[in-house]
Amino acid sequence: MLKRYGKSRGKTVSIWFEGQPIQAHEGESVAAALLTSGVKYLRHAQVSAKPRAPYCWMGVCYECLLEIDGEQNQQSCLIAVKDGMRIFRQSSAAENT
Amino acid sequence: MMEKTFDLVIIGAGPAGMAAAVEAAGHKLSVLVLDEQPEAGGQIYRSVNTTERLRPETYALLGDDYQNGKKLQLSFHQTSVTYLSGTVVWLVESDRTVHFLRNGSTNQVTASRLLVATGAQERPVPIPGWTLPGVMGAAAADVLMKSSGVIPSGKIVLAGNGPLLWLTASRLAEAKAEILAVLETINYSNYLRALPCLPQALLANEFLLKGLRMKSVVRKAGIEVLSGVTNLHAEGEEHLQKLHYTHQGKPRIIDVDTLLLHEGVVPNIQLSSQLGCEHDWYELQYYWHPVLDEWGNTSIDGVAVAGDVGIVAGAPVAEASGHLAGLDTAYRLDRISKKQRDDAAKFFRKKIKHNNAIRPFLERLYSPNPEILTPKEDSTLICRCEEITAGQIRKSVELGALDLNGAKAYTRCGMGQCQGRMCGLAAAGIVADTLGKSPREVGFYRGRPPVKPVTLAQLAKDENETIVS
Repeated sequence: MLKRYGKSRGKTVSIWFEGQPIQAHEGESVAAALLTSGVKYLRHAQVSAKPRAPYCWMGVCYECLLEIDGEQNQQSCLIAVKDGMRIFRQSSAAENT
Repeated sequence: MMEKTFDLVIIGAGPAGMAAAVEAAGHKLSVLVLDEQPEAGGQIYRSVNTTERLRPETYALLGDDYQNGKKLQLSFHQTSVTYLSGTVVWLVESDRTVHFLRNGSTNQVTASRLLVATGAQERPVPIPGWTLPGVMGAAAADVLMKSSGVIPSGKIVLAGNGPLLWLTASRLAEAKAEILAVLETINYSNYLRALPCLPQALLANEFLLKGLRMKSVVRKAGIEVLSGVTNLHAEGEEHLQKLHYTHQGKPRIIDVDTLLLHEGVVPNIQLSSQLGCEHDWYELQYYWHPVLDEWGNTSIDGVAVAGDVGIVAGAPVAEASGHLAGLDTAYRLDRISKKQRDDAAKFFRKKIKHNNAIRPFLERLYSPNPEILTPKEDSTLICRCEEITAGQIRKSVELGALDLNGAKAYTRCGMGQCQGRMCGLAAAGIVADTLGKSPREVGFYRGRPPVKPVTLAQLAKDENETIVS
């Protein structure tokens, strides 16, 4: 559960998460934009399939992995939003076995 | 295939990497800087330019310590240095060929000399329930303010210890976030241990005053502050809901939406370890770090280290150590004489000495909570990627694992995407405790390439020709 601080933000951009449109702002990371928009978790743990969200916000923990514009395993806390970006959660090994 | 060579390749563009680049470029060396982040600045000055440009309220909130990064960033970009952002180094060979991933393609360069300036990471805090969404690092929350101008909403608790716990608490308090409590895991015995180092710390009293100011911001906001808190335990189904803890012998429970954990900062040694540099165990703060000479040179010829990856000492020391590494590189590549190097170094050594005066005090006061160095409860998850518990790691020792790498082979602990960054120190603590040895004796994960994930498709898309100096 995150929120934006301050009224002045970068220009508005639209991104798509799991097929739904979400409003974000230029200069925000994908992970931050999603978690400020009511998204509660970003991935399922590999073994237990339990929900996970970013822990480190700096590229260390890999809890922010998402599929972005067709590329899997993107570190969404390091990638800035771009207009029209298409983002999906990935299925875990647990869900595929 | 065209091979590109630089006099100096620097990995990381935090204060150490930027300062080293400025120094080296000033002595006419060709310098390439490879940086994982989208903008130079490291974590301390993360997105400083973007924040100033797009998020003025956040820029004001973060204050001088953050805004000062603009100066260094500006002088860095004014040099002839080649800077590649969004670039992940996944392998460094002993001949200093650096393999990296950028824009979905792999590439490599060779360095006459290499500087690893990969900084530090927040020490992971494996309490029961720490994998729940809503639980994250306190320094992570600070990074989030910088990188995206975003803060936690709802009820917040900060727990742990260290200067960064207080920095985040004070910044969030100034942002009028709803902080219920700051729960310190240290107690009076830490103060007793730190006290003899106080006179020395007073030589750098501006840091003590800064600390007192942060604490006063938190207290003035009416936030409850407790010390000697134990048995932290996060609870929830799909998301954090409650925090359990013990204070003065009494168990307590509070409803909470965000829990920010912090037990200090540790060097980011994956690359120095993958290179095979000699490392040593730093008992006072419970971490491994590369062994260095007074210029930051490692045990491997032509490979140096600058900044927090060598020893965690903060941005001003990191910046000065970057200059020292840059000067030594210029000397070793025959751009300046030994005397020129040594004379120019004096200014930076003085700066380091002054800033380090506070460290013995801080490192004793804020020693990591023993409960998270060797998590006792068997069900606590240690390896977040492969989902290995403390109990499974202990079991691997009973089955015959003799050190940390043995436990890794038995359990897969440390073999996930993060490559042991999140589990390593706690897993080592558990293995050491079970064997009745010290963490120094059970060793650490040997960094293996790829130190960050790279796909076969990315390897196949090698774009070595495209790099422009």
